Amino acid sequence: MTDQSTTTTATATPAATPGAEGTTQVFRIYIHATPERVWEAITSPEFSRQYGYGGDVEFDLTPGGTFRHTASDDMKRVGMPDVVVTGRVLECDPPRRLVQTWNPVWNDEPETTLTYEVEPAFDGTTRLTLVHELTGAPSTALEVSGNSAADQHGAGGWPWVLSGLKSALERA
Amino acid sequence: MFKALADPTRRLLLDTLRERGGRTLGELEEVVVEHTPMTRFGVSKHLRLLEEANLVVTLRSGREKLHHLNPVPIQQVHDRWIDKYTERRLTALTTLKSQLEEKP
Repeated sequence: MTDQSTTTTATATPAATPGAEGTTQVFRIYIHATPERVWEAITSPEFSRQYGYGGDVEFDLTPGGTFRHTASDDMKRVGMPDVVVTGRVLECDPPRRLVQTWNPVWNDEPETTLTYEVEPAFDGTTRLTLVHELTGAPSTALEVSGNSAADQHGAGGWPWVLSGLKSALERA
Repeated sequence: MFKALADPTRRLLLDTLRERGGRTLGELEEVVVEHTPMTRFGVSKHLRLLEEANLVVTLRSGREKLHHLNPVPIQQVHDRWIDKYTERRLTALTTLKSQLEEKP
């Protein structure tokens, strides 16, 4: 069919579409909590201590504001520095959308970008979508993708962190 | 989610997206027809089912809709039924299985 052959030609040419080169990772989870609570769980240290790798997130929630993720005692015990991830806020629209850069200090790679979309969904749930742009950062990409073996490459990555965020909110 | 996984075309789509995300319907259709004859409508129906199961997330990029694998539901199944102790033994078994199956 004409339609199909056109598409084949189009996809055969390397596309310059952002995210089409396989360096974008996407994670989505539905949580029984309001968007406001989900926002709080992402941006406040009281919550960040309770899920994922622990540690405190510190956000200056204005465009250009700084972001720091400080090490938990467990992280320090395995030799991590006081600040484990740095970044800056690019867009902030509480409680719906947060865009920030995210640079883990242990990898010498270009900065990566996180976008959190928080949307009301069905039956009082909230849909949280995390998009991680990882152009030029293969080590970070491997670590955040989630590894089935608990002791390799950052272990659970974002799937594990988001699953923990959901549990923390739903038992709160 | 288990219904979504219980079909070879849908598993092929997930494997393809795991290898590289951000693919259009057209690209995914090309991969599927290499394995099995199917119309674009058929492929799109499978993708919709995967999206309803939250295993695939689509993002708009200009005029295109790009498909990504979402590993989170699989993590949730894992969290519910597999503890850390079991995980070590399972890793050993799956490694053994893949090593044995690599041999001709």
